[in-house]
Amino acid sequence: MTSVVDIRNLNISFATDGAPVAAVRGVDLSVNKGEVLAIVGESGSGKSVTAKAILGLLPETATESGVVMLGANDIVSLPKKKLREVRGVDVAMVFQEPSTALNPVYTVGWQIAEGLRAHSRLSRKQAKAKAIEIMTKVGIPDAAHRVNYYPHQFSGGQKQRVVIAMALVLEPELIVADEPTTALDVTVQAEILDLLRRCRDEFGAAIVLITHNMGVVADLADRVAVMYNGEIVEQSDVRTLFESPREDYTKKLLAAVPKLGTGLAATMARAEARPDVEQKPVVSARDLVIEYAGRLGRKGFRAVDGVSFDIHAGEVLGLVGESGSGKTTIGRAIAGLTRVSGGSLTVLGQEMLGVHERQFKPLRSDIGFVFQDPASSFNPLLTIAECVAEPLIVHGRASDAGDARKRVDELLEAVQLPRTYGDRYPHELSGGQRQRASLARSLALEPTLLIADEPTSALDVSVQARVLELFSDLQKEFGFAALFISHDLAVVDLLADRIAVLYQGKLVEEGTGAEVLVAPQHPYTQRLLASLPVPDPVEQARRRDALKAL
Amino acid sequence: MTNVTTSRARSFVRGLPVIHQLRQSVGLQRGMLVTGLIIVAIFLLTAAFAPLIAPYGYAQLRDAHGYFGAQDPPGPKHLLGTTVGGYDVLSRVIWGSQTALLAIVIAVVLSIFIGVSLGVISGYLGGWLDRVLVVIADAVYAFPTLLLAIVAAIVISGGSSNLLGGVFAAGISITAVFIPQYFRVIRAEAVRIKSEAFVESAKVVGTSTIRIMFRHVFRNSTRSLPLIFTLNASESIFTLAALGFLGFGIEPTSAAEWGYDLNKSISDVTSGIWWTSIFPGAAIVLVVLGITLVGESLNDLSDPRLRTRRRAAGAASIADSAEPADISVQGGGPVDDEVAQFDELEGRA
Repeated sequence: MTSVVDIRNLNISFATDGAPVAAVRGVDLSVNKGEVLAIVGESGSGKSVTAKAILGLLPETATESGVVMLGANDIVSLPKKKLREVRGVDVAMVFQEPSTALNPVYTVGWQIAEGLRAHSRLSRKQAKAKAIEIMTKVGIPDAAHRVNYYPHQFSGGQKQRVVIAMALVLEPELIVADEPTTALDVTVQAEILDLLRRCRDEFGAAIVLITHNMGVVADLADRVAVMYNGEIVEQSDVRTLFESPREDYTKKLLAAVPKLGTGLAATMARAEARPDVEQKPVVSARDLVIEYAGRLGRKGFRAVDGVSFDIHAGEVLGLVGESGSGKTTIGRAIAGLTRVSGGSLTVLGQEMLGVHERQFKPLRSDIGFVFQDPASSFNPLLTIAECVAEPLIVHGRASDAGDARKRVDELLEAVQLPRTYGDRYPHELSGGQRQRASLARSLALEPTLLIADEPTSALDVSVQARVLELFSDLQKEFGFAALFISHDLAVVDLLADRIAVLYQGKLVEEGTGAEVLVAPQHPYTQRLLASLPVPDPVEQARRRDALKAL
Repeated sequence: MTNVTTSRARSFVRGLPVIHQLRQSVGLQRGMLVTGLIIVAIFLLTAAFAPLIAPYGYAQLRDAHGYFGAQDPPGPKHLLGTTVGGYDVLSRVIWGSQTALLAIVIAVVLSIFIGVSLGVISGYLGGWLDRVLVVIADAVYAFPTLLLAIVAAIVISGGSSNLLGGVFAAGISITAVFIPQYFRVIRAEAVRIKSEAFVESAKVVGTSTIRIMFRHVFRNSTRSLPLIFTLNASESIFTLAALGFLGFGIEPTSAAEWGYDLNKSISDVTSGIWWTSIFPGAAIVLVVLGITLVGESLNDLSDPRLRTRRRAAGAASIADSAEPADISVQGGGPVDDEVAQFDELEGRA
């Protein structure tokens, strides 16, 4: 086996305002021809930095030592000019966010040709012909015509195809893909993973795949390197890793990945515990329509289109959908953050169509909201205790933060945070801790309804598992009804009593976990389920074929 | 407990605008910031202790030995010579710093409060009020400062004025231009912060609009204030000097003003009398330079992409723990640095 890239004892450290931080420590890696090596790890494990070192793309604040042999060149010691010759020809990169990786003011054809013209003496015409050829190969229909389109005229998945085309056009031996599907929806993700597999099979390129998603690893990788804290803790082929992980960290990482179908037993137990008496639902939507006003003279955008559902007291409704399906909009409408345009939405007995803030305000103490991004959901200038005390102060239950401190301490304890964390500032907490504090804040007024908008999608898998567990414990303890919004079917399955699937603003399917996940009726739900990569390479190969058949 | 409070107080001091940036800076950027701060400090001290430092009064023409004499070259009696009007140049330059400082204070005080509060209100509330305010701000922006200053000077005191009249003329004209500047910057920040999750979370809880505006939006939108503040300050000195130079300045009997002295020294330049123009001119240049240096480096330091950092010692040498001296140079206890570094990482996440 000939190796395409060979990393020996790579150390990378970053200069910060404080002491230098070692991001990568003594990493040894090699990638063989035509092989997909996945580097997995949680945020801050140094996986992206390692990948960037292969392209010599480290920022100026980085200091590296060791050897990165790419073909016959050592990237670490290569001068800038030579580095430019290597990039694109020997190694190319696929970025995480396709919409920012493309320059919005040039046509995609021009951008693909740019790489060609930088490395070879092609005429404008030849370059364009080559661009059309490669775009056809990555599966963009009508490439001859669309080569002159600008990036905004493509969908997210097609943009990622264009980015991959840019990487492939110079036929590099190695493609570094940094979280290539993280920004994409599950169904699109499956298509892009398929394309990456073709990159390996048809173009013979080796791929270094950086990801945190175990399902993606199981789907695409041949070999896996697990990184933790800047070091590689385990390296083996993909089947061995999933079947018999050696290191404790790998085992923990794999165990934390939520799997479909595990929530069933818990849901059934809860359903039995719930009193059978039919009460008035906490939230009731009938033919709910929400439109965003368009610009002058243009039609508005209909984000939610005729959706009906109920949330009963003490019940968790999981709302699943891809980006743009209107799931967040529904959550915001229930919390009174977005206006309802038509139909009927009753929240705690209050009709939300044409409601005034003054009418709704007294009800706000009964609604909690957990936001997606733990980084921005706290005022950075207030301590955690002050932030958690805010709802109590606003609703007159406490006169100031000091007065509320006793209750705040209880709340922090309820979400398993030490009391002393109340004196810290939000940036002094990790993402998972902040999300727990966010839960504490939303529960401060003991609401009867909690809306959680993708509360775990910004967290690492292992942290996500802990937060989800906490959420279900709290739900049991406080007995609030909840709307749990997520794009991840497996996460929703863990928590929800019933699952509702949204597709382009419409509710396509609703039912218990068993109904929706085991015997989906709507073709979209079927596709969504089949696209979800499972963290098991054998099983995933089988599912892949099933998806193709669909 | 006391431990907690002192460490809180310490972190509060570190969090203060200028001190925080001074701690962060290295190399050239630190040099710029320190130079600027020293010049500004000298300027402030001179203004504060002018009566003690200056050998004579700003309007003094004679002492016990009689008149000073006009256009005397620098000598033991008059270190920087005398002007055509017979004033002591050194004293005028020192007393002038007081006038300049007063101009800065008035200009900043007049514009900062109105500009900032309008910015927060307009940015957070949005709607038609926002649109109208933005249009007005843009229109005022097109107005030439100096013309406005001249008009103000004429209105206030009929052209040649006393200390307060002249300073207010400069202050008001600067205010007219700088209210839109504060307004725009704070508004942009408010619009950004408005969509942050913590503001939405305050809304969900049912917090009143005023409480959201001041507790959550305003306090988080002030980070670029120091920069505009310095721009505002140097601009006000320039305008005051320009007014004086054009002859709309402050009478020499009511206050010392650098622009006025420059104006009176025009004829001296051609006759080889350099000391009457160089020193007041240099004073203007130095003060504006100092303030601009502070502003410019604060701007660079507040942007992590522009901020230079100490280079990390080679990764290998960390393992070998090469030279402990290298680490001690970086200042601050090891614990503090760890915290700062933690802030930094989390802040970017």
